[in-house]
Amino acid sequence: MSEQAEASNPDLVTIEVDGVEMQAPKGSMIIEATDKADVAVPRFCYHRKLSIAANCRMCLVDVEKAPKPLPACATPVAEGMKIRTRSERALKAQKGVMEFLLINHPLDCPICDQGGECELQDLALGYGRGVSRFSERKRVVKDENLGPLIATEMTRCIHCTRCVRFLDEVAGTSELGGMFRGEHTEISTFVGRGVHSEMSGNIIDLCPVGALTSKPYRFTARAWEMLSHASVSPHDSVGTNLQIHHVQGAIKRVVPRDNDAINECWIADRDRFAYQGLASDERLTEPMARIDGRWRAVSWDTALELTVDSLRATAAEQIGVLAGPQATLEEQYLLGRLLRGLGGKNIDSRLRQSDFSDQFERPAFPWLGLPLEALDTRDVTLVVGGLLRSEQPILNHRLRKAARAGGRVAYLNPMVQELTYEADQFAVAPEQLVPALAALVLAGAEAAGKSAPDGVVELADGQAIGETEKNLAAALVQAERGLVLLGSVAETHPQAATLRTLAAHLAELGNNPHGVVAEDAAAVGAWIAGALPHRQAGGRACDQAGLDATGMLREHLDTYVLFGTEPELDCHDSALALKALAQANSVIAVTPFVTDAMRDYASILLPASSFGETAGTLVNTEGRWQRFPGVAAPPGEARPGWKILRVLGNLLELDGFGYNAADEITDELEALSGGLSAAAMSAGSLASSMPAPVSEGLQRIGLVPLYSGDGLVRRAMALQQTDAARDVRARMHPDEAAAQGLADEHWVLLRQDGGDVRMPLVLDDAVPRGAVVVPAGVRETAGLGAQFGRIAVRKA
Amino acid sequence: MSAVSDANQVLSEDVRREIDHWLAKFPPEGKRSAVIPALHVLQDSNGGYLTNALMDALAEYLDLPPVQIYEVATFYTMFDTKPVGRHKVNICTNISCMLMGSDEIVGHCEKKLGIRLGETTPDNRITLKVEEECLAACTGGPMMVVDGHYHTHLTPEKVDKILDELE
Repeated sequence: MSEQAEASNPDLVTIEVDGVEMQAPKGSMIIEATDKADVAVPRFCYHRKLSIAANCRMCLVDVEKAPKPLPACATPVAEGMKIRTRSERALKAQKGVMEFLLINHPLDCPICDQGGECELQDLALGYGRGVSRFSERKRVVKDENLGPLIATEMTRCIHCTRCVRFLDEVAGTSELGGMFRGEHTEISTFVGRGVHSEMSGNIIDLCPVGALTSKPYRFTARAWEMLSHASVSPHDSVGTNLQIHHVQGAIKRVVPRDNDAINECWIADRDRFAYQGLASDERLTEPMARIDGRWRAVSWDTALELTVDSLRATAAEQIGVLAGPQATLEEQYLLGRLLRGLGGKNIDSRLRQSDFSDQFERPAFPWLGLPLEALDTRDVTLVVGGLLRSEQPILNHRLRKAARAGGRVAYLNPMVQELTYEADQFAVAPEQLVPALAALVLAGAEAAGKSAPDGVVELADGQAIGETEKNLAAALVQAERGLVLLGSVAETHPQAATLRTLAAHLAELGNNPHGVVAEDAAAVGAWIAGALPHRQAGGRACDQAGLDATGMLREHLDTYVLFGTEPELDCHDSALALKALAQANSVIAVTPFVTDAMRDYASILLPASSFGETAGTLVNTEGRWQRFPGVAAPPGEARPGWKILRVLGNLLELDGFGYNAADEITDELEALSGGLSAAAMSAGSLASSMPAPVSEGLQRIGLVPLYSGDGLVRRAMALQQTDAARDVRARMHPDEAAAQGLADEHWVLLRQDGGDVRMPLVLDDAVPRGAVVVPAGVRETAGLGAQFGRIAVRKA
Repeated sequence: MSAVSDANQVLSEDVRREIDHWLAKFPPEGKRSAVIPALHVLQDSNGGYLTNALMDALAEYLDLPPVQIYEVATFYTMFDTKPVGRHKVNICTNISCMLMGSDEIVGHCEKKLGIRLGETTPDNRITLKVEEECLAACTGGPMMVVDGHYHTHLTPEKVDKILDELE
């Protein structure tokens, strides 16, 4: 492109920075232009993702014809503007600001956790004086307890307000504010409520000084002694980009890696703090086997020999493989090959799902329907069966951006979520989800002037819908950029297939995209790698499909192989899983963690790697492959999952298990998957949906809490101390409770499929009548039945 | 829903009517502008100071995050977030008044009332407030504001008379 053409672009202006001519978009700020050109301008309060505050004054620059230095972050560029960032006037202004900032900042860098990676420390080196001219007393600010994740040392605060703006503008919780004034200004909640946002940890990164630091990490390492490696979060299907900081293979902390297409520069708290689970007391560090009814630590050789014997002694069709929510693509691929090499067919990764009736019609893999980035600019988005704020916080953040930009966001869910943006929320009991969605399709068809697809009228079952719903359906079919998304609740719902087809029809009425938010980090990979009963590696259909996850547990197989899962917590039906495992002849668990429950049902325990300890690949909900290296050494005798499977393949004398590195497996699978492309579910015919057999009791809404999705998060100490994790209670609408003769704070007895659980009840009008929220994925409710089934509730 | 009903319990009907009066003066997107007058309404209805419960109720009533109310209430010295005496005495100590001898006035008041700036007399009669800013009556310094009324050209004798007349 010629310079001439650029110059005549009416949206650009030409400016001169330190004698170098450059172009910048009209209306942009000087600091954006200097950042783009790699001209260093010091700053504390400016952050490209936050609003402009211009309150630290550190970025003062010298602008020709301006009577005094101007803040680069808040001065728009203008045609012909001449800016000098290093002139005497600019430097004098910057040094002056630094002197003021240091007046009240303590000189405690040696004992400050931020030391060595502190923006103030760095800039003070360049702009500060050698000796302070200030001889009066420095102020002291009392610390506040913000919760188990963020440590405070508020005397160090320089009031840049990045944390305040982040919580207000990005997290949407507005939990911190600038209290008092002048020299007495304090960043605080004022009332001591703490900070509870699911993305709160980002304020640690944003804080330019050591006022806000990580509680779990602090004082465990210094910035300069750590190495940093890229990784990917295994806690949801977003594929959040991370940077792991470690000292000689011991993971010290996890921070975001910028990727504007996925997580921007933010990560959710569980991406940041879950690594703590690696050091859990329940970590399995040596192979173990049950010999003569007693658990013994054995050598790898013995353990593998026992495993091989056990697998060889079982008829292949009697082997069931359950792969967990954090399995890497490579592990899934080897698991599938191992089982199929033995002649087996029963393998599944969809542990939380319960409706597999449309599995043959489903596309190559569950797909979001559009790139993550495109979520920001949707006009109308309907999320069916998805509590995104706890399921995929980053995705929720993107929808929040869409809502803030004037887009309309709506949820059809089994309960109303607490959101930080305007959204239409329709809540119906789980069994009403299909009729309610069908009614929306009818309303959409009416608005589009089309006839409703066959079968929708029957599914709607006369479900009345309100004006808001009708209005939403009309807005959706008329939207230029509409979207229908199915969340984890929909994916795990007993009528998931019908929900998927209805969603496809609703989207098609307005020619909108639709998609599925995969329910965990391994969910998409399983389809590509062939860790499913009906698809082989590369997405090829199996000649004959094996049993799905529910089928395997119902059939009471002889041998189960558990890969990175605690089925009583990870499966849709905990009671069913425990029963199946208890009667099995042999249960081989390849697992990073061991629990008492596992010691009860397992026969061989093989210690495996967890987050950061293995090289691998995760495929996110957009279908994006992301490889990452193994960074840390697994503890004790534990080994990377793919290596364990490779050795097993060799010992079982299967062909093609001679891999030397995880990359070889990935490359092989990549070649196999060449023809796979992302596609949305087609709007097929509506199978006559089987209404769930109605039994006694209330409908259970078995939601997985924010910090209970996988074994690592469940063992992350600090996360488990948050209010969100500690609140393990049943929830019920006040009217429903009154009808059942129950009151707030009552202990209730929950009975489902032979499982009994006692827990406190809390009244909550976010829950629809006829249903009760009983969390799944937590130890308190292990042994109960299906996540979405009937449950008996009475006073304990 | 439940939030609004909580606000309605804490805020009396009269208070809500007065807040509505102020709200009506601003466009809906500018409702934060009503925070200052609304806090005055609440403070006056509550014996001269604000409680957390009142501020939370206001946040709910205006549908604003509570911290945005706390920020305003703590920023301005005209709002108190701790219990105060029946009368508030603000002595200006800014530059003009200081040059005219406000230190002497402050010292006199402290001695007479037996309390320091920022404290309240044990009989709950008078609170000597810490005044941060110029009270905009420099021509009459030293000066003070008692319960919103300006008193200029102060002398210890004049101060005695004013304070003695307070109930």
